Amino acid sequence: MNRALPWAIFAALALVPLLSALGVIPGGYLPLLLGRVMVFALAAMSLDFILGIGGLVSFGHAAPLAIGAYAVAILDANNVQDALVVIPVAVLAAGLFALATGAVALRTRGVNFIMITLAFAQMVYFAAGSLADYGGDDGYTLYSRTTLAGWKVFDGRAFYLTALITLFLAWLFLRMLAASRFGRTLAGIRQNRPRMAAMGFNAYAVELAALVIAAMIAAIAGVLLANEAEFVSPAYAGWARSGDLMVMVILGGVGSLHGAILGALLVVLAQEALGGLTSHWPLVFGPALVLAVLFLRHGIAGIGARRG
Amino acid sequence: MAEALLKVEALSKHFGALRVSDRVDLTLAPATIHAVIGPNGAGKTTLIHQICGTLRPDSGRILLAGEDITRLPPHRRARRGLARSFQITSLLTEMTVLENAMLAVLGVHGSAFAFVRPLAQSGTLRAPALEALDRVGLADRAARLAGSLSHGEKRQLELALALAATPRVMLLDEPLAGAGPEEAARLIGLLATLRDHCAIILVEHDVDAVFRLADAVTVLAQGRVIAHGAPDAVRADPAARAAYLGED
Ligand SMILES: Nc1ncnc2c1ncn2[C@@H]1O[C@H](COP(=O)(O)OP(=O)(O)O)[C@@H](O)[C@H]1O
Ligand SMILES: [Mg+2]
Repeated sequence: MNRALPWAIFAALALVPLLSALGVIPGGYLPLLLGRVMVFALAAMSLDFILGIGGLVSFGHAAPLAIGAYAVAILDANNVQDALVVIPVAVLAAGLFALATGAVALRTRGVNFIMITLAFAQMVYFAAGSLADYGGDDGYTLYSRTTLAGWKVFDGRAFYLTALITLFLAWLFLRMLAASRFGRTLAGIRQNRPRMAAMGFNAYAVELAALVIAAMIAAIAGVLLANEAEFVSPAYAGWARSGDLMVMVILGGVGSLHGAILGALLVVLAQEALGGLTSHWPLVFGPALVLAVLFLRHGIAGIGARRG
Repeated sequence: MAEALLKVEALSKHFGALRVSDRVDLTLAPATIHAVIGPNGAGKTTLIHQICGTLRPDSGRILLAGEDITRLPPHRRARRGLARSFQITSLLTEMTVLENAMLAVLGVHGSAFAFVRPLAQSGTLRAPALEALDRVGLADRAARLAGSLSHGEKRQLELALALAATPRVMLLDEPLAGAGPEEAARLIGLLATLRDHCAIILVEHDVDAVFRLADAVTVLAQGRVIAHGAPDAVRADPAARAAYLGED
């Protein structure tokens, strides 16, 4: 049952543009909204890999997202829009950031790890605000969207397909990682670190590699996000954004990977629906989150899964 | 006597005013079972922690096959051939018994940095893992979740995880604790056969078992070695009798 759920989700996402082209469901708004959902789902899924599988509760996952987005902006300002440059730069920058900050953060555990990852993300937030050439605190509007060897794959309808394919490939990749020696070792370290150390595993190195991989995927989400909004701002690295990603992971079901898509859908929809009513939507969302944690131990993705 | 496989020299450690290791010396010869006994709180578990690297001694040295490992982190000691079982069962409870054992093989004989092929499909890990499970009598439990095993089975898995690493030295902290008489007899038989493959430091409460199995015995009390030598000599030692053996 539950093994089919991720495939059903991707099938549904693939059907949306088809059905809207045929006029069965409204075009315009829905594909646009789902495009945004998929971008956040990609970032949330990469967070789920380190949080759900690795047990690394990072409260700063918006940082690599923002780094990816700023790679688009900074290259755009220098008239470089080709994805063949933009994506490697974004991925490399976020990977190096994760390597440097992770090396420090992983010296701590528990609440300290949460606080230090938050602090590093705030550093990115303030650094972005100080980039006067790229809009400073006001943010930066793109001259033009990223292209792929001249193809406008980040524009209009193509964006939806690009986001969908990227999300699908990321899911396949992370699923492969999760089952690999690396992924199972990471899961073992989450379950029992002293035991894994006694069995010869360098837990620190494995966790650091996981942080770097997750950051690189989040950076790709950042590239998509900058294109989707045609805009970047320091808020992309803000703690609220990091919190959103955590909420998506927890709602969707920690450690399931595909649950992040459902979590992202719920959060983005809730923001759309509640955002108009009140700017204090987290007040509504907070209790909803607590209920989800209490009653849905495995998140939305776990509703159909067998227990035990 | 052959060259020592493991040598502990003047190891000292204190927690505040409490001396848990007080200039402890211990020499483990190849292919022997060396029992460490002593009353509760004597510092046996703390000694194991220092040998495997989870606790850092204040002073003294630990040599494995002549190499100083006093400053190495636990995982590097494990990769050099030091395996341990935990006094309080410590397993990967959300994984299957087989996966626990496969990771035990991987940790010492392979690399975690392999990203493509599923762990579950690795024949090179599966075969030695199953062999280790078979030796402790857990082969028919391979597919069960480690967390769902009975207490006795968990103790057997503890031992299998140490075995799976095919270590040079095994540190076993009360492997018989909580085992029923039949299980205990089984495990004692198993330990006797292991001696030829690797040297063992055995911390054990069951004094009868110790004197049947051990080639050498060290008696600890209040962090100090109060007697050591062949089992018969230790049994006759007045200090050892007073501190521990007589009490039972
Ligand atoms: N982390 C610690 N901090 C303070 N005291 C400790 C710690 N660990 C063990 N002890 C104390 O050290 C002494 C030796 O403990 P332990 O090595 O577990 O004894 P044994 O295994 O011989 O029963 C005990 O008195 C115990 O309370
Ligand atoms: Mg003890």
